[in-house]
Amino acid sequence: MATAGIFCRGGRMNRHWTYLLLAICVVALVIIPLFAGPFILYIAMRVMILAIFALGYNLLLGRTGLLSFGHAAFYAAGGYGLALSMIHIYPHPLLGIFVGIAAATLLALLIGFFSVRHTEIYFAMLTLAFGMMVFSLMWNWRSVTGGDDGLYGITRSSISLGLFSIPIRKQFQYYFVVVFFFLLSVLLIYRIYRSPFGLVLAGIRENHVRTEFAGLAVKTYRLGAFVVSGAFAGLAGALAVLLESNITPFAAHWGRSAEPVLVSLIGGLQTFSGPLVGSIVFVVLREVVERFTHNWMFWFGVILLAIIMGFRGGIVGSTADILKRHSRTS
Amino acid sequence: MLQSLVHVCLAGISTGMFIWLVASGLTLIFGVLRVLNFAHGSFYMLGAYVCFTVLTHMGNNFWLGLVFGPLVVAAVGYAMERFLLRYVYHLELPYQLLLTFAMVLIFDDVVKIIWGAGSTGSPSVPGLSGSVSILGRNFPVYNLFIIAVGPLVALGLYGLVEKTWWGRIVRSAASDREMASAIGIKVPILYTAVFMFGAWLSAMGGALAVPYVGLITPGMGEAIIIEAFVVVVIGGLGSLRGAFLGSLVIGLLNSFGTRFIPMLDMFLIFILMAVVLLWRPQGFFAEADA
Repeated sequence: MATAGIFCRGGRMNRHWTYLLLAICVVALVIIPLFAGPFILYIAMRVMILAIFALGYNLLLGRTGLLSFGHAAFYAAGGYGLALSMIHIYPHPLLGIFVGIAAATLLALLIGFFSVRHTEIYFAMLTLAFGMMVFSLMWNWRSVTGGDDGLYGITRSSISLGLFSIPIRKQFQYYFVVVFFFLLSVLLIYRIYRSPFGLVLAGIRENHVRTEFAGLAVKTYRLGAFVVSGAFAGLAGALAVLLESNITPFAAHWGRSAEPVLVSLIGGLQTFSGPLVGSIVFVVLREVVERFTHNWMFWFGVILLAIIMGFRGGIVGSTADILKRHSRTS
Repeated sequence: MLQSLVHVCLAGISTGMFIWLVASGLTLIFGVLRVLNFAHGSFYMLGAYVCFTVLTHMGNNFWLGLVFGPLVVAAVGYAMERFLLRYVYHLELPYQLLLTFAMVLIFDDVVKIIWGAGSTGSPSVPGLSGSVSILGRNFPVYNLFIIAVGPLVALGLYGLVEKTWWGRIVRSAASDREMASAIGIKVPILYTAVFMFGAWLSAMGGALAVPYVGLITPGMGEAIIIEAFVVVVIGGLGSLRGAFLGSLVIGLLNSFGTRFIPMLDMFLIFILMAVVLLWRPQGFFAEADA
């Protein structure tokens, strides 16, 4: 039930077809390693990690209407949390991921506690300030974070589960770990969207005064959305470190914070699957454009301009609008 | 000790003046257009590059570059406001911010395409090269010149905004757009003019940075825009006086931080920004009526 509406809003498409489409997507994800080489797998993993980051982030931007420019801090907290626990505590990937998520969640709670006092531009500026604080901390605290070199040489040791252990050192082995966390995240975030909590967030976006009048503690809900999105950012950061085997302070830089914003915008802010589609487009397009030209940023800027000036629903929103218009006329 | 203190102060003030030139345009544009322009650092960068190109084509005359560079950038600002920004004023904040962010990406790559990714050479400025001795230690004359230019620009802006007919129109449009347009002010033209003027100010800052060695790189815009954001926040969004004082504070904090507590140099600035936003979001130096 929970997954029926992931790709279409309001059940316009036949529900059985939606299930079928979902099943095809999941099967395709699982069997990709049979056909694809390591490069395609690497790209697929980057898409999924970015999608986890952006899906969680859009809970805050698209759903609650808060523009944060500091979410790279939680992404980096997840990454450093994992790296430090793998190096200093015990090299178990699941423990590392757990520590990463915990670190990101705690940091999001702390930063969010102060940030949700403001909205709009002041919220954006406040999260930017906190995010850059985390960046400079990671940059300067050389003894713990390795300074500008960051932490490197984090190997993917096997996931031991008592009786047996699962090796994830090879690319295609780790691929399934990413698929697992990706599907789990999609499911969880979808449930959050449809939960009473998620509906209140949409209410806050539409009219926070009325929501307040309805007797709901708007700030607490905003903080809730902030922390949940921070936790998913942490998961994404942790998975990224396992993929790349290193992390530098630039993971916390505001340029990184812009990524989930851009991805959500490309896909469509007001849709659930927007950030997912946006992540695919962002990563794949970048690989394609960089084949032909070194000026990826230029073309990406042009695409952004086109979306802002003409297709503000993003890919998913605009397509849905066209389909709706089409079905009405026919 | 005194000697080193004075020199750290002077260095901080001259850095602050560059930030001021960017922040003044940024806060002016925010005050009137209500748009926070990420691309303002790009104008700073473009100002530097265009100035450099102009001066190399005109017999290495820095002053010609300083005059013409910012004018070219003001024209770029005109195009950006007239053909892009104008269509997003009615939209939500993310769209406005991301439009200017898209322009940052485009400008950054355009600069790399035209001028290459390395840093350019730096010309010497006739009459302002060399250094003077202050308390027994050498200090570049050009830095003293920058320290003088900043307050002059501030005075000029103050006169323009507070004392002239033009400034009164700008202030009226800033406080109530609809009312201003109801009494016959052509607000769209005013918006374009303010944006161009802001771009020109930022480009002036960039052009003035040209004589520094190694400062002209494609990353220079991104580095200064964050500091300018901090300044504009500390001074109060839209407040020119606040931006001037804020620039001094950030410049000094920068130079003292690097000198005495290098561990925390960036950290301090962002703490200050967060504290001001939480404690006095209208800005630390904002006028009572602002």
